[in-house]
Amino acid sequence: MNTLVTIRDLRVAFDGVPALHGIDLDVGSGEALALVGESGCGKSVTWLAALGLLPSKAQVTGSVRLDGQEILHAPPARLDAIRGGRIAMIFQDPASSLNPVHRIGRQITEALRLHRGLTGEAAREEARRLLDRVGMPDARRRLQAYPHELSGGQNQRVMIAMALAGEPELLVADEPTTALDVTIQAQILDLLSEIRRDTGMALVLISHDLGVVAETCERVCVMYAGRIVEETAAQTLFAAPAHPYAAGLMAALPPMTGVRRRLAAIPGGVPEPWSMPRGCAFAPRCPLRGVACDAAVPPLATVAPGHRAACLRPQSQVAATGRLLVPA
Amino acid sequence: MSGVPLLQARELVRRYTMRRGLMGRPVEVRAVDGVTLALERGRTLGLVGESGCGKSTTGRLVLGLEVPDGGNVTFREGPMPPRQTAEWRRLRARMAMVYQDPLGALDRRLPIGTQIAEPLDIHGIGSRADRPERVAQLLRDVGLRPDHAQRYPHELSGGQRQRAVLARALATGPELLVCDEPISALDVSIQAQVMNLLAEVQERSGIALLFISHDLRAVRQMSHRVAVMYLGRIVEEGDPDAVLHSPAHPYSQALVSAIPQPGRGGRRIILQGDPPNPAARPSGCAFHPRCALAAALCSRAAPVLKPLPDGRLAACHVAHGTVSPRDGMPQQRAA
Amino acid sequence: MVRFLGLRLARALLTLVLVVTFAFIVLRLSGDPALLIMSADAPPEAIAAFRQAWGLDDPVWQQYLRYFTAIFRGDLGQSMRDGRPAIELVAERVPATLALTLPALAMKIGLGIPAGIYAALHRNSFADRAVMLLAVAGFTVPSFVLGLLLVLVFAVQLGWLPSGGQDSWRHAILPVLTLGIGGAAVLARFTRSAMLEVLGQPYMRTALAKGVPWHVAVRRHALPNAAIPTVTIVGFMVGSLLAGAVVVESVFSWPGVGRLLVVAVANRDLAVVQCILLLVATTMVSANLIVDLLYGALDPRLRAQAKGANG
Repeated sequence: MNTLVTIRDLRVAFDGVPALHGIDLDVGSGEALALVGESGCGKSVTWLAALGLLPSKAQVTGSVRLDGQEILHAPPARLDAIRGGRIAMIFQDPASSLNPVHRIGRQITEALRLHRGLTGEAAREEARRLLDRVGMPDARRRLQAYPHELSGGQNQRVMIAMALAGEPELLVADEPTTALDVTIQAQILDLLSEIRRDTGMALVLISHDLGVVAETCERVCVMYAGRIVEETAAQTLFAAPAHPYAAGLMAALPPMTGVRRRLAAIPGGVPEPWSMPRGCAFAPRCPLRGVACDAAVPPLATVAPGHRAACLRPQSQVAATGRLLVPA
Repeated sequence: MSGVPLLQARELVRRYTMRRGLMGRPVEVRAVDGVTLALERGRTLGLVGESGCGKSTTGRLVLGLEVPDGGNVTFREGPMPPRQTAEWRRLRARMAMVYQDPLGALDRRLPIGTQIAEPLDIHGIGSRADRPERVAQLLRDVGLRPDHAQRYPHELSGGQRQRAVLARALATGPELLVCDEPISALDVSIQAQVMNLLAEVQERSGIALLFISHDLRAVRQMSHRVAVMYLGRIVEEGDPDAVLHSPAHPYSQALVSAIPQPGRGGRRIILQGDPPNPAARPSGCAFHPRCALAAALCSRAAPVLKPLPDGRLAACHVAHGTVSPRDGMPQQRAA
Repeated sequence: MVRFLGLRLARALLTLVLVVTFAFIVLRLSGDPALLIMSADAPPEAIAAFRQAWGLDDPVWQQYLRYFTAIFRGDLGQSMRDGRPAIELVAERVPATLALTLPALAMKIGLGIPAGIYAALHRNSFADRAVMLLAVAGFTVPSFVLGLLLVLVFAVQLGWLPSGGQDSWRHAILPVLTLGIGGAAVLARFTRSAMLEVLGQPYMRTALAKGVPWHVAVRRHALPNAAIPTVTIVGFMVGSLLAGAVVVESVFSWPGVGRLLVVAVANRDLAVVQCILLLVATTMVSANLIVDLLYGALDPRLRAQAKGANG
């Protein structure tokens, strides 16, 4: 698998307050990678920063390479060709992500002209085909519709059609189903998987919902307070999470079967960005916290082949060696 | 806990009129269309469904925040007194509501202690001197500290805000709490905290909960009984595990199979089309245009909510064996 | 759409009726025109004759009714001062007023909107701060103060421009500046905040994420949306083309509609005051009507609502 995007030591700060503390991330061609975490963990900021979509008050440093070429702080013209052309992005709230005063057709053909040079009837025909492709009923007539005339699910389909217009190698989907109903969520996730199968496009799915991620992606990065704390295959994460935060998230999910008992909630809350602990950001909430955890931020280290965790006491390792979880 | 239910709603109907189309002809929208439910003390009824199914309206009808166009609500064995009367207000102190967005539910300009004391002032409960102690106790009950009373909403985290909202709701010692999507605005790790808290409160005080949510996992966790709503009607109701493990109604089946689950394969029922528009309610069974099992009868006659052999209720011709699936009904599917 | 228009027209007419009625009530309640015009020491018979001639002895409701039916016939009455038709008196002042307010309007739009857009696009830059400082100064200083300041500097101190009167185009410069600066300031601030709001919308991020260059995104995606709220304030300015210059005309003794209004009010010249009010109200109401229609053209969501709500 070729690496398509390489992110190294990506840092973002807003007004001097760090939001992202050095992200290293690789996305392979055609792979489906998930970024999971709670609000404010930096999962969206990572990709907005990578594509130069953050407001100018954000200070961004590090490196983002696409096929080996640096794109962070690239000249606008180069970025414009990449955005929507090689890397497309869709967002959480489809209704407000589309321009309310332009017709759907115009918004799709705009991308077609930019990235494929299509205009006029050819562009309209291709826009219709794309709407068809994303399962929009009555596509030809819908080209004339305004966003407010469509439902949330339909608007998200339009967003996907627009993203596909540039035939991107990577689609970054930022919480694409959070604003949608459960049955519509299933439709959209299905559509994304199907498109990926058909086109070989890579997918980065940003989500707070472990279930959504599990069904759609092969590899998962769990983020907490501006850092990646665990990175592994989706199946491994759900079977044997190494980081106590990932384990805690899974345990906090109400089960669908078995006896209903008190949920194992993670105590406390996420630290504020301006008062981050010196050591591991999760330590204050962690059942396995030790003295060393407060000393320094643990590095993302390999716990098994293809499985990395930023924890001094990764759980699977502890379980494997059979040691008791006694805080030092 | 058996005997006469604390809350009983019979055949609740709530209509709105909406003008649409060029001629501006008013269209009647039945947001709630004949909902019957009962809730005992110390129990939780989960109400699930997608946006526009009428679950929130049902919650407001039950509390008397909206007046039903049909049907009635009985609370503590008596009918709801007319709105804005003293008796109504007294009864309202026995019920409370928690909304989805805790920040919107709180007044940004007041410390939360003041807001928690407010219902006590309104309903004249306790003496003014006891108030600080009562507020401190309420804060402890929801897992906050008494010194949080001085904080303003923006100084609290999302989870703490929802705790403060809950403390305010519990101030008058209500017997019924309607929770409308109480956890969906919260982060995953906080959702579990709030669900645990609600369960604790119920265990301690015997409060009855109407738990409205689109999240089937949360509903299973919280509820003793669950009702699935579709377009203003209950389509299935029963024990949570019965409904969630072997749903009888095709809509419940689709809803259950749409729950994303770690470690499960991709096999699931994908419903076609969008959630229906209450203003253009399909004939017969409202679900029939999206139903893979729909038979000819389904588009003509609305099924009645009645017991299945295992005791749960379902409103489906197919589930009741009135018709066999898809007898001669051309399958209607959007492309 | 026809019904929508009809409803809007009906509302506009109702507004006019209310304005006229209000003017009638206020003016009738505030003093006796006969005493004012005839001077207090006029013989009682003369005053009585004047009253009779103008129907001031009739019950108030009769006067009101008579006045109203006259308006519907297109008769706006005669000036009590010199007996000429009020409409004529007013009409001959309109060009003078427009000679001030039209260039001022052009200045407001031509200066205010670009300044607001520029400030929004360069938020927190030096230029933004400068524009906003000027804008705040521009609309916190009342127009008579600004007018007098300009006179002080350009007429008295520098002697470049005349301080009052209407003899040449040079006389118009200071009043136009006075009117234009304040309006441009208001418009700049308004445009800036409308732009900032739009620039922060998710659809702007979408446009950039699909590869639309920044300046194209601003032109194609931001401006049409920001225009929607800005149209309101421009509409209001168009609506006050006739009435907006009362103070400035007085400061610069410019013989426009505003000056006429001040004089007519002082003299209780009922017909003239009412005629001006009606004219002003009509421009206001028509400007509002145009704004409503423009809204529909600019914002498809409102079009749907208008259809949905009014047919």
